[in-house]
Amino acid sequence: MAIYPASTPHSERHTLSVLVENRPGVLARIAGLFARRAFNINSLSVSPTERPDISRVTVTADVEQVPLEQIIKQLNKLLHVLKIVDLDNTDAVQRELVLIKVAANETNRSDVLEIVRLFRVRVVDVHPESLTIEATGDEGKIDALLGLLDDFGVIELVRSGAVAVTRGPHALSEKVVGSEITGR
Amino acid sequence: MVSPTPLQAFSAVPKAPKTSKQTLVDGEKMTGAQALIRTLEDLGVQDVFGIPGGAILPVYHQIHDDTKFRFVLMRHEQGAGHAAEGYAVATGRVGVCIVTSGPGATNMVTPIADANMDSVPLVVISGQVGVDSIGTDAFQEADTVGITYPVVKHSYLVTDAQDIPRVLAEAHYIARTGRPGPVVVDITKTAQVGDMYYSWPQKLLLPGYNPTTKPHGHVLREAVKLFEQSYRPVLYVGGGAVRSNAGAQVKELADLTDSPIVTTLPARGIVPDSDPKVLGMLGMHGTLAATAAAQKCDLLVAIGARFDDRVTGKMEAFAPAARVVHIDIDPAEIGKRRQPDVPIVGDVAEVLNALNAEIKRGQAIHGKPSLKPWWNLINSWREKYPMKYDETTPDGTLSPQWVVEELSRQASPSTIWVSGVGQHQMWASQLIDFENPHSWISSGGLGTMGFGLPAAIGARVGSARDFGGKKPVWLIDGDGSFQMTSEELAAAFVDNAPVKIAILNNSVYGMVRQWQTLFYDKHYSQTSIQDGENTEDIINVPDFVKLADAYGCVGIRATTQDEAKAAIKRANEINDRPVLIDFRVYKDAMVWPMVAAGQSNDTVTYMPGVQPLLHHDSTDHIADDDQPQDDNGSEAKADNTATAEN
Repeated sequence: MAIYPASTPHSERHTLSVLVENRPGVLARIAGLFARRAFNINSLSVSPTERPDISRVTVTADVEQVPLEQIIKQLNKLLHVLKIVDLDNTDAVQRELVLIKVAANETNRSDVLEIVRLFRVRVVDVHPESLTIEATGDEGKIDALLGLLDDFGVIELVRSGAVAVTRGPHALSEKVVGSEITGR
Repeated sequence: MVSPTPLQAFSAVPKAPKTSKQTLVDGEKMTGAQALIRTLEDLGVQDVFGIPGGAILPVYHQIHDDTKFRFVLMRHEQGAGHAAEGYAVATGRVGVCIVTSGPGATNMVTPIADANMDSVPLVVISGQVGVDSIGTDAFQEADTVGITYPVVKHSYLVTDAQDIPRVLAEAHYIARTGRPGPVVVDITKTAQVGDMYYSWPQKLLLPGYNPTTKPHGHVLREAVKLFEQSYRPVLYVGGGAVRSNAGAQVKELADLTDSPIVTTLPARGIVPDSDPKVLGMLGMHGTLAATAAAQKCDLLVAIGARFDDRVTGKMEAFAPAARVVHIDIDPAEIGKRRQPDVPIVGDVAEVLNALNAEIKRGQAIHGKPSLKPWWNLINSWREKYPMKYDETTPDGTLSPQWVVEELSRQASPSTIWVSGVGQHQMWASQLIDFENPHSWISSGGLGTMGFGLPAAIGARVGSARDFGGKKPVWLIDGDGSFQMTSEELAAAFVDNAPVKIAILNNSVYGMVRQWQTLFYDKHYSQTSIQDGENTEDIINVPDFVKLADAYGCVGIRATTQDEAKAAIKRANEINDRPVLIDFRVYKDAMVWPMVAAGQSNDTVTYMPGVQPLLHHDSTDHIADDDQPQDDNGSEAKADNTATAEN
């Protein structure tokens, strides 16, 4: 049964959305579970949600189906974890934010700006020798943008990690039993 | 919203501003330490194990003569933890420990991990430095919650006195419900000395904790269908059935379906060994019949068992022809090591009650398959390959297996048996006749040497509490395992826990030596501990008889069968103090049967050179990949595993 390491180069990309109680130590417990099972996390982002008592962890990882099921079950055993879904990539909106510092001087700045316009992303800082570009989008768009900018020389790059929600009117937190987690 | 201060970043309180002081108007005013003691009393805790220290002193200051629980002072925090485990297994209640911060808490990590592996309900209360000192490397500070993350069911850091009763009530509830396990409550000195308002009962706030106990109907019907279609069923019963107190249900299921029962190490005794359906333990050192039955079955019903590698051997070759029904309260266990055909999540006792009812209904309509050929096969294994050993040894010392059998013969049927970890543990599980559930306490999953003596003390405290001390406690330990926690003899004597201790003294680390013999060319690297040599010129450190004497206990040495019989008789008669018997046993005795680590259970070696499941005449169903055996087959196979292990 056990397939280790859980992440191999050909594993499928999965996006896990985990609703947790908003309290210290939760992320350490979750990250520990991933680390112990040889999960190579592709990206991880944690932030508050529409409910102040709940935070949402979005994890993307390239991982085989069997270890993924095991880790979802293990995550469910953590008392601070309220709800986990493996988001279906076709039925969810996924975005990440990237800041890219590109080496661009007066000779090629206009070329870079042309790409910026094409991708409908924004320039947030200009310097005689660089441009810093803010881009949001799904993974494919970001990868395509980076592929084009690579030729100019990427000086610095930072990505936020993916966040994702399902399409349609429903919230994941609707499935959390009980109302506001208060009284602590 | 107020930005979190560093202090809040470490606290168990959410990073929100305090709404009001309304919680401070109800209840009786007291300190956190007083509240802690009061909470334990209100939870009905009757016995607590531990050792005091600086960071937990305010709590210890509140333990008085009129405190409603008994405090058992151990000599090492690890001992306190194992004692609480032994107490929990013997009584079925939650074991509670109170220890100090830093080294006190780190000493508890082993028992916490042990309890986690064996699903023992445990609440560990540790002191922590004041909140102002957290993160400063203050004296005796350790990140206890951080250290124990991977080996606890849940953990708390308490920074506010007002939280103490609720957190302890939650911890106690979490430890004993669902799949039982250890819960750590790390309480800062700030919370211990702070003022709070005590009220009881407390409302538990556990939105993310909803263990499933009741089974779904349709999986039960599928399981019944499998029973109806199977001609070689086996019930593979594990420690989860013991925790759920499901002995009667397991027996009913076995009787209804005519299935043989094989157990894991922790589940020994769940159905009395005198029951003809019980084949004993399976796996690495299980009985031949049990291991063979599991290998050749067509329906494997795992009941509160988790397919540990010591049970399954090479996983892909375990019970290759079987369809699997897996009953477990922990969904994460299902499909972890083997994908079941019918997964049933729920409390074992509840599931079996429902399943038995469903089976009766099904059998009323469809009848049940005849299992006569299956039982003929099983009985032929039992007759041909019983538990066997040499009663005489080449050097004239006692046979350790004989000692275990003699202990079992002379013991009261109500005896609670405890063991350390090693060869003696396997012999104890193989050769003792267990007649009662909850009468076998041993470290299974973690295999913690030194578990025995403190666990026996805990079991004796539990026996005194629940059974008026009428259940005697026998510890079977090895000379190596015993020395890991032998300081607890002091606790056993001073706290009046008259345990009976049988040390199978072969003056070596026997199990390791067995592996060195079989897999490491008899290179006995660092396994001789020379505490029980028979020759005069070799040192005898420690002299266990003198050691017992030094701790106020009775020490007896036995080197012959007559001495051994007399010593056991005498030990059974002494009930006012601990008794230790130093049995001098043969150092090269080995545990058989054996499956080498990582090998298929089909390679099980009954005795050196005898591998019954590899011969086609012993059974009508043989796995396809079986190889014919040459004379040195077992040795050669065994050698292959040497590189893979340790």
